[in-house]
Amino acid sequence: MGIIDWAFRKSPWILHFNTGSCNGCDIEIFAILTPKYDVERLGVMLKGSPRHADVLVVSGPVTRQASGRILRIYEQMPDPKKVVAVGTCCISGGVFSNGGKGACYNVYPGLDSIVPVDAYVPGCPPKPEAILEGISKVAKKAGVD
Amino acid sequence: MSSSYERIFDIPIGPQHPALKEPAMLKLKVDGEHVVGVDLDVSYNHRGIEKAAEYRTYIQNLYLIERICGICNVAQTLTYCLAVESLHGKEIPPRARFLRVVAEEISRINSHLLWLGVAAHEIGFDTFFMHVWLDREITLGLMEALSGNRITSSYNVIGGVRRDVTEELLSRIRKGLDELEPRVKRYREIVLNDRSILKRTQGIGILSPGDAMATSAVGPTLRASGIKSDVRADDPYCSHDQIPFNVITADGCDAHARILVRLDEILESIQMCRHCVSRLPAGPILQRLPRRAPQGEVMSRVEAPRGELFHYISSDGSDKPYRCKVSTPTLANLPALVRMLTSKGKYVVNIADVPVILASIDPCFSCAARVEHSGGV
Ligand code: SF4
Repeated sequence: MGIIDWAFRKSPWILHFNTGSCNGCDIEIFAILTPKYDVERLGVMLKGSPRHADVLVVSGPVTRQASGRILRIYEQMPDPKKVVAVGTCCISGGVFSNGGKGACYNVYPGLDSIVPVDAYVPGCPPKPEAILEGISKVAKKAGVD
Repeated sequence: MSSSYERIFDIPIGPQHPALKEPAMLKLKVDGEHVVGVDLDVSYNHRGIEKAAEYRTYIQNLYLIERICGICNVAQTLTYCLAVESLHGKEIPPRARFLRVVAEEISRINSHLLWLGVAAHEIGFDTFFMHVWLDREITLGLMEALSGNRITSSYNVIGGVRRDVTEELLSRIRKGLDELEPRVKRYREIVLNDRSILKRTQGIGILSPGDAMATSAVGPTLRASGIKSDVRADDPYCSHDQIPFNVITADGCDAHARILVRLDEILESIQMCRHCVSRLPAGPILQRLPRRAPQGEVMSRVEAPRGELFHYISSDGSDKPYRCKVSTPTLANLPALVRMLTSKGKYVVNIADVPVILASIDPCFSCAARVEHSGGV
């Protein structure tokens, strides 16, 4: 395990991007930063710039306007990088694509059609504990594959 | 000669930016430090919900409409249910009406506390943000006990509410409110006295009463400009005529007044919840309605945490709506926001104040993204 993987494991810095979510997942992602869950004790910090981030936490169905942005943000992040898809609608389009029946015309069926995803956190919205587990799982995977 | 053409620069902010919690694009036109114009693009969250609603039944739509906005999901489903119920021409049982008020007010408290934290974060007062968000967990706990989920509650259904309350739950709600009230009062004191908050918010983002009316602002943004307007009082939709409450206004017309209005509204909501919990009528909580709605057109409006929320449904007699139209409070507040962000005469807007002004209307862009902006990538 090199020094970069070691740092990644000990302190994954996250970047949050909302690709068209209903805000339900976003406020749960922010909730993990606040005292009740307080992820800073585990070395997780929210960063404002893609260039400082190790883990990209994405919430919401990917809308057509946001799809170009998410790709650009992903490309701006330095390697090694991981992506966590939070929420059912980020994983598969959820209620918005509805398995193709009466789908919203402006959403992609899942984030993994745009960028590679390392962890999926289902739920609508998932509980903060679940989001935390998703982030810690990708951190543990650093350097393994 | 230096023409204004050379001095005015564009500063793009977003769609991914530390000061923005949601994707939106602000193109600020700046002259030195002063903002002289702004171009807004809030369409990144446009998903096409209104069109998709035409392909789903009334019951399926409940879950789609709920996800227009996760923060005010109770208000969204409430407005939708009120519209469908008035298509059927049916009233819902009184117990359900009171329970709807309880859910609505708890979600209002949650939304306002959430906003207070974000506003504190925007002015750089992160300690305050952490304290407020810790207390916000109380309301989330109450919501979870009431509906089964912390955020997306699905509490309102067509014809009533999903779950009944027990005595035990009622006393838990009472206890939670008792815990919350002194905390909110303390926050109010801090907001009134803390120098850094006063410095960053007083005189910032001025919206005169005349401008507020002219731009059709709604909700706390309008009430902070001294205009008394609240759908709950003007057009009671859920037994609000039997529940005593005051419409809160403030005359500051600035970001500070908007904080105060929201804090006072939290205290008012706590009183309303207490009233409903102690005078809950007995009886059923659900009135079953047929799957097909009669032909017709209806409108409904609700006072969501951010202001007036409006739904329109047109039915052709089938089990799916023919057209569903949603108009959200943030959308109504955007013209006011543009006016607040533009320097005019003696009123100057510094770039550093833009996040505070933006936060002061409590924007929710996932609600506001009702149209797609071409070339928004
Ligand atoms: S998963 Fe659910 S709560 Fe999360 S953004 Fe999607 S619709 Fe909202």
